[in-house]
Amino acid sequence: MTVAYQRKPVLWDVDYDAPARSLVAIVGPNGAGKSTLIKASLGLVPRATGLVEFWGEPFRCVRDRVAYVPQRESVDWTFPVSALDVVCMGRYRRIGWCRPVGRAHRNAAMACLERVGMADLARRQISQLSGGQQQRVFLARALAQEADLYIMDEPFAGVDAATERAIVALLSELRDAGKTALVVHHDLQTVPEYFDQALLLNMRVVASGPVDQVFTQENLQKTYGGKLTLLSEAAEAIARSDMRVR
Amino acid sequence: MPLPGSQPGVLRDAFEVLTLQAGYNTNAVLAGSAMLGLAAGVVGVLALLRKRSLVADAIGHATLPGVVLAFLVAVALGGTGRSLPVLLLGAAASGVASVGCIFAILRFTRLREDAAIGIVLGVFFGVGVVLLSVVQDPVNTGGASPAGLHHFIYGQTAAMRAGDAMLMAALAVIAIIAVLVFFKELSLGSFNPDFARVQGYPIGALDAVVLGLVVLVTVAGLQAVGLILVISLLVIPPVTARLCTARLLHLMLIAGVVGVSTGFLGAAVSAVLPRTPAGSVIVLCGGAVFVMSLLVAPKHGAIATAGRRLVQRLRIAGDHFLEAAYDHRVTRRGQTAIPTRTVDAMQKLWGWPAWMRVLVLGRLRRRGLVRVTATGLELTEAGIANGARIARNHKLWEQYLLQYADIAPGHVDWSPDMVEHVLSPQLVAALEAALAEDPEVSP
Repeated sequence: MTVAYQRKPVLWDVDYDAPARSLVAIVGPNGAGKSTLIKASLGLVPRATGLVEFWGEPFRCVRDRVAYVPQRESVDWTFPVSALDVVCMGRYRRIGWCRPVGRAHRNAAMACLERVGMADLARRQISQLSGGQQQRVFLARALAQEADLYIMDEPFAGVDAATERAIVALLSELRDAGKTALVVHHDLQTVPEYFDQALLLNMRVVASGPVDQVFTQENLQKTYGGKLTLLSEAAEAIARSDMRVR
Repeated sequence: MPLPGSQPGVLRDAFEVLTLQAGYNTNAVLAGSAMLGLAAGVVGVLALLRKRSLVADAIGHATLPGVVLAFLVAVALGGTGRSLPVLLLGAAASGVASVGCIFAILRFTRLREDAAIGIVLGVFFGVGVVLLSVVQDPVNTGGASPAGLHHFIYGQTAAMRAGDAMLMAALAVIAIIAVLVFFKELSLGSFNPDFARVQGYPIGALDAVVLGLVVLVTVAGLQAVGLILVISLLVIPPVTARLCTARLLHLMLIAGVVGVSTGFLGAAVSAVLPRTPAGSVIVLCGGAVFVMSLLVAPKHGAIATAGRRLVQRLRIAGDHFLEAAYDHRVTRRGQTAIPTRTVDAMQKLWGWPAWMRVLVLGRLRRRGLVRVTATGLELTEAGIANGARIARNHKLWEQYLLQYADIAPGHVDWSPDMVEHVLSPQLVAALEAALAEDPEVSP
């Protein structure tokens, strides 16, 4: 798969197969294309080339089995809804078009808020939640989808210790339930502790596999070392020219 | 010259207008304006939440060339060019075209939305003005008169007829039904479009519903308030409602109510006062309601905020007083009386104005923390307990800062005077645990 923004390629020849029933950390420096990888997989940004399959099928056939947790900053938290309302959004596909949110679905959403320790803040308007609480609302919404694959974009970014613990507990809960999680993560130190698998990314896949095999000094050097690698220099050159990215 | 309000009969006129007894035509204008306000209020909420309010402004300005072109086409086809539906159809077409241009600019250039809107708004309106001057020349229109076309710029509410009022009512019903039916989807699409897209919701179609409703309201409002001011019908009711509530459904309700009432009121005022353009008066009514809710809104209003701040200030000042009185008692070996002289000194120390002293001490008295005696004030049992607690919190925090200041240097400037008022029982317990071995603060 290759993805380009305004002709400037940000991901090149990414070929990766995430193992089922595992927690995968997507790791790389800023601008490595971690979020882009997720967004391109989910069809939020167009792919220049390549094929993305979930359980051997195109994404549109398996939407209900995938839960997406966007970056917290990607939405306007002054929006006039409560925490519970946001979690209910995870049930909308089940509820169907043009129908109000019924009691059963509301209770299910409430149970998800409880799982992230936010039950007593359910009625709070979302702007009155702390950053970590907002993140937990997003996680609860993903739980409410009852999916098999959870794709999370930087859930640990800027959260308090309580939220970090809640996310970690949730991740291992998901693993125990046989689910898969792909998580963009930026804290290298905690990767071996929280995750089974890692995907080291810097515009291309540097390494992937079980954390203990992938997390070598050499691989990390390759991922993070030298901001201006040959690859990004080439990308700049392409952006300057009128070449099409294929 | 007498003011309009002092003319004889204005009050009677106003009563007649407000009670719908001022004749069929006036009632049509009132009903039409109210229904337009309702539709615009509800649709405006959608536009505001999707951050598309300014697109509505572009649509409004972009209707002018459509109106004039529709007139020219109608004339060329042999009509008089005065048929309102034809003109509005032209307005809608160029409104939609302007939205298309905005999205094309966003898609194919690196310009941001505000710039794209500015370009489209200006260019379309400019074309409209030029076309308007072209049709003023009878040579270009084959003799047909374009009189009245310029009314679309500022609006001419008085021209509204019963049929127009029905049209506005129908529009309001359409808007309300659309909002109710797609409530979930529209709110999800506005709050988190990426998430909605991943879930398989057609965001483009939902946006088209919102913008379609905006175009409908804009075109319907052209006749009444004109293309320049129609944006305020869409913006003012929702933002007014937003000051009063943080719940989406209530937002819709309040915006609708504000829209109806300002539409009705504005039309009524302009019916009573001669030569006042109803469109502008409706908008001014909306502006007045907005300013009023800035002041009196329950949570975020200026009055509520000032009240909350005052209560907070009184609470802190009262805490300071109790603490000082408690210290006073400790140094005087259990003397609970506080002579007026001492109160005067405290007032001077903290620089309280006289009203502050009255309010603070009154508050403490009402809470039974101090009582008045012949020589001044006296701490009650509850007052002593409270003062002890505050004094202890103060010491705890001070000690904590002394011991741990190097851990969080950024927080050292939180003076104990400030922190002692916000310490929760849990925090106090934590502080006690942290400072357990310190003899000075041990209970």
